[in-house]
Amino acid sequence: MAIDNAARDSAETRLAKALFGFKLRDNAFHLLTLAAAWTVLLLLGGVIVSLVAGSMPAIKAFGFNFLTSEAWNPVTEKFGAMAPIYGTVVTSLIAMIIAVPIGLGIAVFLTELCPYVLRRPIGIAIELLAGIPSIIYGIWGLFVLAPFVQEHIQPGLIAFFADVPVLSMLFAGPPYGIGMLTAGVILAIMVLPIMSSISRDVFETVPAVLKESAFGIGCTTWEVVRFIVIPYTKVGIIGGVMLGLGRALGETMAVTFVIGNAHKITASLLAPGTTISATIANEFTEAVGDLYTSALIELGLILFVITFFILAISRYMLMRMHQQEGR
Amino acid sequence: MGIYDTRRRRGKFNIGLCYVSVVIGLSWLAIILGTLFYEGFRGLSPAVFTQMTPPPGSADGGLLNAIIGSLIMTGLGVAIGTPLGMLAGTYMAEYGRHTKLTLVVRFINDILLSAPSIVVGLFIYEVMVVRMGHFSALAGGVSLAVIVIPVVVRTTEDMLLLVPDPLREAASALGLPRSIVIGKVAYRAARAGLITGILLAIARISGETAPLLFTALNNQFFSTNLNAPMSSLPAVIFQFALSPYKEWQQLAWTGALIITLSVLALSIGARVLQTQRHAK
Repeated sequence: MAIDNAARDSAETRLAKALFGFKLRDNAFHLLTLAAAWTVLLLLGGVIVSLVAGSMPAIKAFGFNFLTSEAWNPVTEKFGAMAPIYGTVVTSLIAMIIAVPIGLGIAVFLTELCPYVLRRPIGIAIELLAGIPSIIYGIWGLFVLAPFVQEHIQPGLIAFFADVPVLSMLFAGPPYGIGMLTAGVILAIMVLPIMSSISRDVFETVPAVLKESAFGIGCTTWEVVRFIVIPYTKVGIIGGVMLGLGRALGETMAVTFVIGNAHKITASLLAPGTTISATIANEFTEAVGDLYTSALIELGLILFVITFFILAISRYMLMRMHQQEGR
Repeated sequence: MGIYDTRRRRGKFNIGLCYVSVVIGLSWLAIILGTLFYEGFRGLSPAVFTQMTPPPGSADGGLLNAIIGSLIMTGLGVAIGTPLGMLAGTYMAEYGRHTKLTLVVRFINDILLSAPSIVVGLFIYEVMVVRMGHFSALAGGVSLAVIVIPVVVRTTEDMLLLVPDPLREAASALGLPRSIVIGKVAYRAARAGLITGILLAIARISGETAPLLFTALNNQFFSTNLNAPMSSLPAVIFQFALSPYKEWQQLAWTGALIITLSVLALSIGARVLQTQRHAK
């Protein structure tokens, strides 16, 4: 009798111990995953805090003038962000002007025109463009694209627009090959896959009934795209364009190779310029003195703030698009 | 009749432009890969994998220290980033599926996913390089980990959400604790997807240059010391491509080919895994 009891007791305590162990492991795992989720938030907080802290000397020294000054002189320690900001915006705009229509065209092709068998291979091929690392685009741009642009495209542009009032200023000066235009073209190639794959995704959310009824009243394929598909997916398309823009603004290595790194604002798109990220990549390891380093970090802060807002807006729009789809 | 014809012609024209844009997109890919293979294979020889990066002007030399450095730092980045990313993704899909925290983390994570990588480099420079007083391979690895995390979080969450709930319910009904349900049932069901995520993350960081420039810096010599600057393929390509020496430029092309081939292999592997999962 006593032995039985002892055996039962020990079995019960063993069970209790095992259950307790389970509970402990369970809670530990739950807390661990929770902590990891918070780490993602801390990462973003850490980026902001460290960039602000690092750029404090420059903020104190130049104040608001940093944003409006074009000066960039390491010797006299006068720094201003105007030229890199201008270059970043202009190269990204060139990229969007080229990539948006082509990306939308590819998306229309993939969703409306392409035979089923070819959809996957062509979609994958376009997405492979996104997988190629940006340094590869850089070396290709430097050795292949820039010479080609210099010899075959820029002389033609300069001659063609020589007598047109405003455009002659945009396409002026000697054909260097490297410069804003070439950087914009490279960026266009790099953001094209994002543009086309997001547009394709949102195009696929258009209910078939809508398209069928448009075809039913005699619309051509183009009219269905123009008056049904594009209006229905407007929010998603804008979200995709902004996402591409966010990528283009922050792209570093490819631009660094072909931009020319000149801290000047020139009206001509053929002239060398610089972007925020190219300035940092080119000069950071050579920066001597705290103020120089700090000015470069402040450039990084500006870049991060700009891309943060653009990416946030684009994600919000794409989220709304998906909610609409779920309805 | 006139209106109908104009409509048809305009439609044909615009649809034609769509075909043109596909041709442009595909030829860009063909041109880039074409030149890369042509220029890269010219310089491919056993020496590339057995010799160190050469000093300026020297005729022979390879990329051995850069390849090893890239492998070490990529490994480090994955080793640090993957567990963190997987745990965070697990929280979002398993524990806090409908909580506000998950919504916020998903939003922030998506932004980190496309944030400029050079900013990550500056962040790690501030946090690690300045504190430690010198550039190091460790800082390089950590900066790559910061890029790995959002990729892994995203795929882990997506893949776990695809695992049907009845599977979890059945396991719970047997009396299994939550952590074992997740570890032995959900992870196993989503295994192909989780591996896909890790492969994509490796592909993403193996060509990253910007964050390495001022965290790991570069190193002309062979080094496996995590506490010292380390060479990496992208940094060597950056340095050699912009140099005036023909031999260096050739090595840069060959390095570019090596990176691209590994990235393409990784992304194709990820795709194959994904289709297998769908086929099941």
